[in-house]
Amino acid sequence: MFARLLYESFRRQKRRKLLAGIAITLGVAVATAMIAVATDIGDKINRELRSYGANLLITPQEDTIDVEIGGVNLKPPSDGNFLSEADLPKIKGTFWRNNILGFSPILPVNVPVSAAGRSQDVTLLGTYFAKKLSFGKDQFTTGVHNTHPWWKVNGAWPADDSQDVLVGDHLARKLELHTNDSVDIAGRNHKVAGILSTGGPEDEQVVAPLGVAQQILGKPDAVRRVYVSALTKPEDALARRDPKTMSGELWDRWYCSPYVQSIAYQLQEAIPHSHAEQIRQVAQNEGTVLSRIKGLMLLITLAALFSSALAVSAAMATAIFERRREVGLMKALGAGNFAVAALFFAESTLLALFGGLIGFFAGSWLAHRIGRSIFDAQITIQPVLFPVIMAIAVIVTFAGSAAAIRRAVRFDPVFALRGDA
Amino acid sequence: MSGNSPMSAGVGERRAAVPHTSMFLRMLVRAAVLRRGRAASALLAMIVAAAVATAMMNLYVDVQAKLRKEFRSYGANVVVVGKDGAALPSDAIGKAEVVLGGRGLAVPFAYVVARTANGQSVVVAGTDFERVQKLDRWWSVSAWPSGPGEALVGMRALPVVSPDDKAFDLSFQGHTAHMSVAGTLQTGAAEDNRVYLAMTDFLAWSGVQPSTIEIAANGSAEDVNAVVARLTGILPAAEVRPVRQIVEGETRVLGKTRATLYASAVLIVLTAALCVLATLTGWVFDRRKDFAIMKALGASERLVSSFFAAEAAALGAVGAVLGFVIGIGIAAWIGRVNFNAPVGPRFSVLPVVLAGSVAVALLSAIVPMSLLRRVQPAIILKGE
Repeated sequence: MFARLLYESFRRQKRRKLLAGIAITLGVAVATAMIAVATDIGDKINRELRSYGANLLITPQEDTIDVEIGGVNLKPPSDGNFLSEADLPKIKGTFWRNNILGFSPILPVNVPVSAAGRSQDVTLLGTYFAKKLSFGKDQFTTGVHNTHPWWKVNGAWPADDSQDVLVGDHLARKLELHTNDSVDIAGRNHKVAGILSTGGPEDEQVVAPLGVAQQILGKPDAVRRVYVSALTKPEDALARRDPKTMSGELWDRWYCSPYVQSIAYQLQEAIPHSHAEQIRQVAQNEGTVLSRIKGLMLLITLAALFSSALAVSAAMATAIFERRREVGLMKALGAGNFAVAALFFAESTLLALFGGLIGFFAGSWLAHRIGRSIFDAQITIQPVLFPVIMAIAVIVTFAGSAAAIRRAVRFDPVFALRGDA
Repeated sequence: MSGNSPMSAGVGERRAAVPHTSMFLRMLVRAAVLRRGRAASALLAMIVAAAVATAMMNLYVDVQAKLRKEFRSYGANVVVVGKDGAALPSDAIGKAEVVLGGRGLAVPFAYVVARTANGQSVVVAGTDFERVQKLDRWWSVSAWPSGPGEALVGMRALPVVSPDDKAFDLSFQGHTAHMSVAGTLQTGAAEDNRVYLAMTDFLAWSGVQPSTIEIAANGSAEDVNAVVARLTGILPAAEVRPVRQIVEGETRVLGKTRATLYASAVLIVLTAALCVLATLTGWVFDRRKDFAIMKALGASERLVSSFFAAEAAALGAVGAVLGFVIGIGIAAWIGRVNFNAPVGPRFSVLPVVLAGSVAVALLSAIVPMSLLRRVQPAIILKGE
């Protein structure tokens, strides 16, 4: 009998059930999409923040100090210590290798550059543009493409194994150089692959493949410093502690968290005779910006959950309110309060489950669309979200129905049947 | 509760002596008063929708400004340097501040290469410590210099300049400065290799004028470009350029955040509107008896339609105003919790919310009305 009542209720009141069902589906869909986006936004914004460039710098351990003003190094280039280029792929062998999005070695040398009769002493930076490297079985591409995304080239990026160079746009203007011109650097001819614009000191410099700089300096394998771009976790109290004072378990936790400090420590371990340091301008500010955006999304998600909960409640209350006459009839025929309430709750649960199921998939699809169109990346939906969302749907529907059901049950059947309802 | 007669509007209509307009008003008011329960639930849905819409729109407009402020902690976004390394005119910093007009911070830097007591080269910079503290908040400094003769020494320069952490001598073109170490500086970048002096000490010792001004200009990318353009005009001897690393990073992250916020706002407002539509449609549909009685008593189709439309519009307007107030509260709370600064109320949002609410309310009256119009009043009154 109960099952038949339930079945007939759905069969005969299609419009009302549809309205309530749509409300639940919509509410759940928005809740799912918002939760999925909010849980994933930290990772997505973290990646966007990498457009500020490298947040770690590796230098030789016993290095002399740099004498550099406005990007011009006044120290003799052969002075001081160097890192070994052959060690660099080991960066991808550290514990947090998947968090390291890229690195680029830099080797500055001072060279005379001349073209079309003009000559000038400038700094030439040797680096990777998009170099293919491998560590173990891992193949990866790295270079200034990853670590200096604001560098713009008018022309083409040189190949990493070529002799072509990029000329900073201020320098190019002074020397009247254009793409595909040839330029004399330290007595050898090089082709200008493109004109580089960075808004920084590189605008006055020449940027060349690392091999070219090593050749000029006469030190194959030498690298002065390495910029590393890594996804990190915002700093907290543990991150700031000195690892030397930590006990075993605490140390493990510190070592296995992607703090900028622990990644620096691991880089230092991986590369012999090196010193790794966070670039505080980039690393320190990431945390604040990230936590603000995450906090914002969290609060908005709360607002979205609240409004969809209210919407579902309102829809359920309306649906039940409309059926007081039915309640009167049931009670007049001898149904107890419990039987009436049970019927309504069963209906609500069924609606919540159906609406929740459809809403969850619609919401996942929405989250997917948002991720694609805004971040150009997949938004991962945690499987654990499904039971959570279903539970929320049932609870909210129940809570929304409870008041209306109580009122409906208390209603005097005489009024209801007389048509005053 | 609303067990009272739904016919009260009809009862009122029998008192025909009352002028037409006041009758109309009375029907509107009585309908809301007598059927409080239904009207309240419809109104509640309206308020929630309007509140959420207001909060989202307020946030969407204000969050940019709030986030921009956070992004200023990345430091300078505009740099002014003398052409070919020449010093800037001595009034450059004053001019830069006039251009900024209080909406930003300008910090001068002067550089020389000096020699330490044992003949090593080191870069010595002169600056305004008070301003640097505000501009470069990521500088990790053990103690800022507070008086003349005190220097801030970079972490890597320290062993070269003052290995025993005591006072040290710097010489430049025959002039020697005797300084003490106030604190150490760590940034992970070029600053670690330098010694920083207060500008007055620096000028008295070396006589070299500032060659660089680092500027943190507030506002959008257009505002920053405007500052760059005006500085270029006012300082012809200097080269003014935006720091692309900072400007582009900010634009990118801000753009993505805004887009996400926009998507969320659209989703939430849409859901709220649809739910209002559902609730109000039910509400109007539920009052088909009033509709039938009015028609049976001889009301014209137009009168009945305008009555229901007016009722829905009034509900929408009241809901919008109440929701607007609540929404402003929500936005302000989110601002306080997340940005430590309240999101100010934007009254330009009110007409949008009002128009939207009334439109949704009218729409939800029209749908059931067009359904009911086809039905004979007799059938409705019979109880079908």
